[in-house]
Amino acid sequence: MSTEPETPLLDSGFRRRDRSVQPRLLWPEYKSTLNRAPTQPLVPLSPTLSEITGPTFSPQEIDLIDRDLLQNARIDRDPLGERTLLTGRVIDQDGTPLCATRIEIWQANAAGRYQHASDNYQAPLDPNFSGYGCCLTDELGNYEFLTIRPGPYPFANGANTWRPSHVHFSIFGPAFATRLVTQMYFEGDPLIRDCPMLGSIPDRSAQSRLVAAFDMERSRPFDCLAYRFDLVLRGPKQTHFENRPDGL
Amino acid sequence: MSKDPLHHETSSQTVGPFVHIGLYPAVSGILARSRTYGNQLASTHAYGQRIRVEGQIIDGNGETVRDALLEFWQADGHGRYAHPADPQAKSADVGLSGFGRSVTDPDTGTWTLESIKPGAVGDLNQRPMAPHINLALFARGLNIHLHSRIYFDDEVKANAVDPVLQQCVPAPRRQTLIARRKETTQEPCVYRFDMVLQGKNETVFFDL
Repeated sequence: MSTEPETPLLDSGFRRRDRSVQPRLLWPEYKSTLNRAPTQPLVPLSPTLSEITGPTFSPQEIDLIDRDLLQNARIDRDPLGERTLLTGRVIDQDGTPLCATRIEIWQANAAGRYQHASDNYQAPLDPNFSGYGCCLTDELGNYEFLTIRPGPYPFANGANTWRPSHVHFSIFGPAFATRLVTQMYFEGDPLIRDCPMLGSIPDRSAQSRLVAAFDMERSRPFDCLAYRFDLVLRGPKQTHFENRPDGL
Repeated sequence: MSKDPLHHETSSQTVGPFVHIGLYPAVSGILARSRTYGNQLASTHAYGQRIRVEGQIIDGNGETVRDALLEFWQADGHGRYAHPADPQAKSADVGLSGFGRSVTDPDTGTWTLESIKPGAVGDLNQRPMAPHINLALFARGLNIHLHSRIYFDDEVKANAVDPVLQQCVPAPRRQTLIARRKETTQEPCVYRFDMVLQGKNETVFFDL
């Protein structure tokens, strides 16, 4: 376009997504990106009312058992594997805790197998484990899940490519613009170094923030070991955009 | 408030092929006890014109993507979002879940959405946006989700003055955001919205 377009939309909402800490869409080491990553640049859009709004969540919609993956698919015994506590806090870029926001997680079982029709890895399923979890953050932005540590598994990418142990995290935040889905890895896992998905993030310190820290203090004696994974969502451009005078 | 440096946003990672377990658990045979979100957004009490939107997602090889998950966020039939940032939120239609999800069928690659057509949304600058559904696309091979919008081809006048379509999206690419109404005399109205990930007719995806 030859002229600077008139800005039609309210210049509020959220800080621009910093793409230097986000993965590249096209990343040949992760082969599935080759046919799926858009080739055209993303089209900039200042968030409008459509993007600064989004679903809101109520504790009444959540069953507390879904934060305990040892229990929520249990038939007759606990699932096999290392009992593991995942804890963390969700804040925005300004450090403000994000409370009552929905977190959904999913993961493989201790043998590295998902309860999914498309997973044909030879490792066994665990009838007492689904790998699905869900909770809302509390008033301080904290969450916790009790689960088993997922196993690593091979996947069709290179000749001998393995996924490090990981848990998928889906998180909403206050608006459709803050939506984020990521994966959490475990400190000390030797497979992290060569993971092509983690490698798609250009910034190494951003990569390292996806690696949950082993947390002995939160470990429960004779019960479970703990890992800590904090999440940061995009922050507001203005602290109180709803107080803006009309027309500005 | 202290002047701490800004925190970095957490990096995204792909949802992978097993996304259903967490975001659409019924597909994996998981009976979640917490609320889940499906592709039926409107209750029988919802105000507005009943619509079905359906489509496929085509990859760079011309193949349909069969392991994608889509999220939808829309206003009610009067153009109100059920969210505190919308000044009209208090009167938003309780018969509509503004948020929903759909997955591409593992055999056909088709996804569907059953809803009502959203009303025109007043932007905070009082410039109306044409009726549209906001969309986020997640799939194996997408390291971060893609944002797009579904507009409707029978909203010619509204689309012609929509600030996003007209001022953000290059003219030759606008048609990639417009769902085509199918010839049918029955309710609901059916619209087709295919997305193309690469190459000619590549769908517009936004950097919000």
